[in-house]
Amino acid sequence: MDIIDRRPNPHGKNLENRQRVLRRARAAVAQATRAAINQGTLREVGRGQAVTIPADSLHEPSFHTVFSSGQRHLVLSGNREFSTGDRLARPSGGSGGGGGGSGTGQGDGEGEDGFRFVLTRDEFLDLFFEDLELPDLVKNQILSTEVTTPVRSGISLDGSPSQIDMARTMRHSMARRVALGRPKSTQLRAMEEEIAALERNGDDPEKLGRLRAELVTALRRMARVPWIDPVDLRYRRYTPMPKPSARAVMFCLMDVSGSMTEQMKDLAKRFFLLLHVFLERRYKHVDLVFIRHTESAEEVDEEAFFTDPKTGGTIVSTALIEFSRIQRDRYPQDSWNIYVAQVSDGDNFSGDTKKAVEILEQDILPVVRYFAYVEVGASAAMFHGETDLWRGYKFLADRMPRLVMRRVAERRDIFPVFEDLFGRKAAD
Amino acid sequence: MQLSLLYEGNDWDFHTLRRSYEAIERIACDELGLEVYPNRIEVITAEQMLDVYTAHGMPITYRHWSYGKRFLQHEASYRRGITSLAYEVVINSNPCISYLMEENTATMQAMVIAHAAFGHNHFFRSNHLFRQWTDASAILDYLEFARSYIATCEDRHGTAAVERVLDAAHALSRNGVHRDDGVRPLNLKGDQKRERERREYDERLFNDLWRTVPGTRPVAGADVASERRRKLGLPEENLLYFLEKVSPRLQPWEREVIRIVRLIAQYFYPQPQVKLMNEGCATWVHQRIMTRLHETGQINDAAFLEVIHSTSNVITQLGFDHPFSSGGFNPYALGYAMMGDIERICTNPAEEDRRWFPEIAGNGDPLGTLRYAWENFRDESFVLQFLSPALIRRFRMFRLLDDTAEATLLVDAIHDDAGYRAIRRSLARSYDPAESDADVQVVDVDLAGDRRLMLQHRTRSGRRLEKRDAEATLSHTAALWGYDVRLEEVEADTGAVLAIHTARPPAS
Repeated sequence: MDIIDRRPNPHGKNLENRQRVLRRARAAVAQATRAAINQGTLREVGRGQAVTIPADSLHEPSFHTVFSSGQRHLVLSGNREFSTGDRLARPSGGSGGGGGGSGTGQGDGEGEDGFRFVLTRDEFLDLFFEDLELPDLVKNQILSTEVTTPVRSGISLDGSPSQIDMARTMRHSMARRVALGRPKSTQLRAMEEEIAALERNGDDPEKLGRLRAELVTALRRMARVPWIDPVDLRYRRYTPMPKPSARAVMFCLMDVSGSMTEQMKDLAKRFFLLLHVFLERRYKHVDLVFIRHTESAEEVDEEAFFTDPKTGGTIVSTALIEFSRIQRDRYPQDSWNIYVAQVSDGDNFSGDTKKAVEILEQDILPVVRYFAYVEVGASAAMFHGETDLWRGYKFLADRMPRLVMRRVAERRDIFPVFEDLFGRKAAD
Repeated sequence: MQLSLLYEGNDWDFHTLRRSYEAIERIACDELGLEVYPNRIEVITAEQMLDVYTAHGMPITYRHWSYGKRFLQHEASYRRGITSLAYEVVINSNPCISYLMEENTATMQAMVIAHAAFGHNHFFRSNHLFRQWTDASAILDYLEFARSYIATCEDRHGTAAVERVLDAAHALSRNGVHRDDGVRPLNLKGDQKRERERREYDERLFNDLWRTVPGTRPVAGADVASERRRKLGLPEENLLYFLEKVSPRLQPWEREVIRIVRLIAQYFYPQPQVKLMNEGCATWVHQRIMTRLHETGQINDAAFLEVIHSTSNVITQLGFDHPFSSGGFNPYALGYAMMGDIERICTNPAEEDRRWFPEIAGNGDPLGTLRYAWENFRDESFVLQFLSPALIRRFRMFRLLDDTAEATLLVDAIHDDAGYRAIRRSLARSYDPAESDADVQVVDVDLAGDRRLMLQHRTRSGRRLEKRDAEATLSHTAALWGYDVRLEEVEADTGAVLAIHTARPPAS
């Protein structure tokens, strides 16, 4: 008899099988996921998301018979009051009924019910973003080649003096000096002292002559074999490597003036959260900056951004100026991927739109990866007339693909809009 | 005879497991005379138990989405607290593997060892169905082979191609069993060797001169068909076997994949036929062993109360009208009750029992009688042979006649003298696999024409195949056959055709 402790064995034996299920039922799962997003609150989206897919997509058929007509016997337990010859009404609900006569239920035990299971966050988001990509992302986003950093890559024989590798150069120099027999300065000094001593007492002129000759040779040799020769020089080699910029910052700009209703704010929130989830997926680190504006703009925390009511007029350019300031101070373009999402109902102080468009074109669009403008409204029917801001932006959007604008009227519009905004086609 | 306690409290460690095992083994082998395969006990976590569930209790499986599906189902219902996991799973193999959950208490572990490692193990080893249909010593190696073979195929031919074959073979796995001759050990090499020998034998005997002997030329008409059927080995009820051997378009690796599914289906074939007896045997054995442990002072009263509590949970039989009842019999309840009843008949029979069971009543050898029953019966014959009037009364069994021509159900037998035999006969029949399995056979192939494969389902008019499933399965069959397939549903008594389904292979 053996007792084996299997507990330390590798876990997740069924991970592969599980993934195969998802692959197989991909269409159904994607559909269920979409439904879950439309209904659910976005804060919880993807965290322990349960989806229900039709059992059909994972059905395993087999030949089996069903009883439809004729006679059959059933033996049951728990008879309390029946005697032979009694008649019972058929249980209602047919095969599903728990009571007697449930034999037909046996064959189709899996029934027509949905198949419910819980997706991991990764699986959920994978499905969610299945056909979504950020614009330009594929080409140069995460592994952006615009920003490079020098990386040590071995030794070279030439280079700029500032890149000399001293230790290596001196090692070569010493090896060469030893090999070629360059006299050391201490040796020369000793010879000179000896010569000086002999000259002083003058008792061994023969040795003095020999030493003098030797000194001349040594000096000549020293002049010929330099302390450092160009062949000794070694330089550090640097190669420019593209630096992945794994950080992103997402600026949420929202008009919180009186004209924005709670419902509009709710829509805005959903849009921001969805964008956030998406960026989180793509970048290791995502910073969030919330800027709200009425007549003036200020940076606030998330709580205040969504809940704190504020009244006043609307001057959009203040928010854009505030954005530029924060971006310059804290999020330099070369180390952050900058995304901006602006939500507004389209109102603006007359005359300000021109200024806003100017700032957008000159200061903002050059530094951001993406600027999404979403206009919310109570109902799509109200949008027949274009708002002031929309017209202004529209003019710009035609020329600058980084600026994308959409309208959202209801909660269920958000997901399709999102798909539009970041869909693969939009990137072209 | 009072022995020292094996353990105290709920906690167990490997030392207590071993001591419990040894004490249980003494009782099982010396007192009960059980014969078991060598045991291997494996301690696993809840997650690993879910894995084991997923694979129908196979310790090793190849990769397929259907296992993932089962995993998701079990996982979902486990996480939502709808079902709790089993305390153990046992595998019919040599050595016999019993999985123990780590969360079990010390008493639970002892009980599970008695239940699985001795009760089930003895049953696997001695019951004639398992002996005939399964080869316990080869199954672990075979599963390992299957897993690596299918993984190799996936590497070589792509997951999608392998999945297509597996899907189709799984759909037919209920019809992939040799029902009549079980003596086909899981021996890959042996099978291939036999096949080769047969071919060589044919080649040796081949003599072209026979063709010229007058009178052997087949006459046209029906004889051609019967000759063709004979050569193809038709009719054949094992669809997978037929497809594996005869299907014209399959690659060798595809045949091997079908074979793997077929042999695994064959291995599982006996299990549902003896579920009642198997569970009854294991429950009776564990209860007896735990009682003996208590009598000899090896477990304390608290532990024994836990045993009684667990056993009585397991053997609850809900009445037919109970809201949670599925309507059928709990195999643990009926099985355990029948084992106990046989013991009673052997040792302390009533007058009625002497009339009903003259061979065993009062023979004073309950253990021998039980071992004989476990060895030689399956659920259907066991119920037919051993269900006593006393039990029918105890379970208050009654029989309903469900006639779809009538608006109501008729109670046509209850637990009285007039009803005992009728109830027993009907209950036994409900355990007969022939009642529930669809009898689908290959009857002919249109070799001269479009190579259409012809299947026949012999049935009654009120028991037709479930249409959607039948059609899906049929198109899987067509995928394996490579040409059209036609399934006729035929009234077994009259030969009248009830329905015709056809399927074409997917365009490739």
